[in-house]
Amino acid sequence: MSVTSIEKDPVALTMTVTAEFDAPVERAWQLWADPRQLERWWGPPTYPATFVDHDLRPGGHVGYYMTGPEGDKPHGWWRILSVDAPHRLQFEDGFADDAGQPDPKMPTMTMRVTLEDRSGGGTTMVIVTTFPSTEAMEQLIAMGMEEGMAGALGQIDAILTA
Amino acid sequence: MVVDQVRPEQVEPDRVFHALADGTRRDIVTRTMQREYSVSALARLYPMSFAAVQKHVAVLEGAQLVSKRRQGREQLVTGNVATVRHAARLLDQFETVWRSRIERFGEILADDFPEGAPS
Repeated sequence: MSVTSIEKDPVALTMTVTAEFDAPVERAWQLWADPRQLERWWGPPTYPATFVDHDLRPGGHVGYYMTGPEGDKPHGWWRILSVDAPHRLQFEDGFADDAGQPDPKMPTMTMRVTLEDRSGGGTTMVIVTTFPSTEAMEQLIAMGMEEGMAGALGQIDAILTA
Repeated sequence: MVVDQVRPEQVEPDRVFHALADGTRRDIVTRTMQREYSVSALARLYPMSFAAVQKHVAVLEGAQLVSKRRQGREQLVTGNVATVRHAARLLDQFETVWRSRIERFGEILADDFPEGAPS
């Protein structure tokens, strides 16, 4: 198991994911910094992500879309707030319209990623997501859950047909 | 009558954000979910004036994170468990998305660092 803890604070509206990997920090960082590697894990197999823009500099834009089983293509974006390779990345994550333009009507969440050397080798990765409000969280999760559920259902399918 | 008559969907998301952006206000919500507190009892907990605490409670009330009722000379504050429980359920769903992301993240790394291989 890579996930060591998930702490959820329903009052502060944050979720903190802590995970540990045997790979060094530089290698784990590539999974964020290289769009081809990023798209191997950002979306589930049933909702794979394709990153079309990936400018990992402060103020930079990252644009992606996911391809659903029905051919639906929800678009998302990140706005990079700060980068300190290979240890820190902070960005705003939101939804975009079909042309990839950020949708101002949709709320955004803020993600803070930290990669630290683990004592004895390997990497400790901490991701803190902050939602602006319960309403925003509801909206964001309702949209994100489509892919989450698709992933879970895909896994059940795989078990049933095995 | 101080019971809130506003329905949740009428509350501006910005108000909830603003309400929870402050550490004292988050603490008030956490405490008043456990039991009812009077504003004066809350005021004794923080190094600030009664008026300042009253102001914090008013902000939380506006965002429907607490409700207030009057009993004699006291104003009693209760955390809105439903609002917070709802948030907790949403976070559970979000956790599912991230657990599978981390699992895939780890699989990619394990591909080039097989377990037990000398490093």
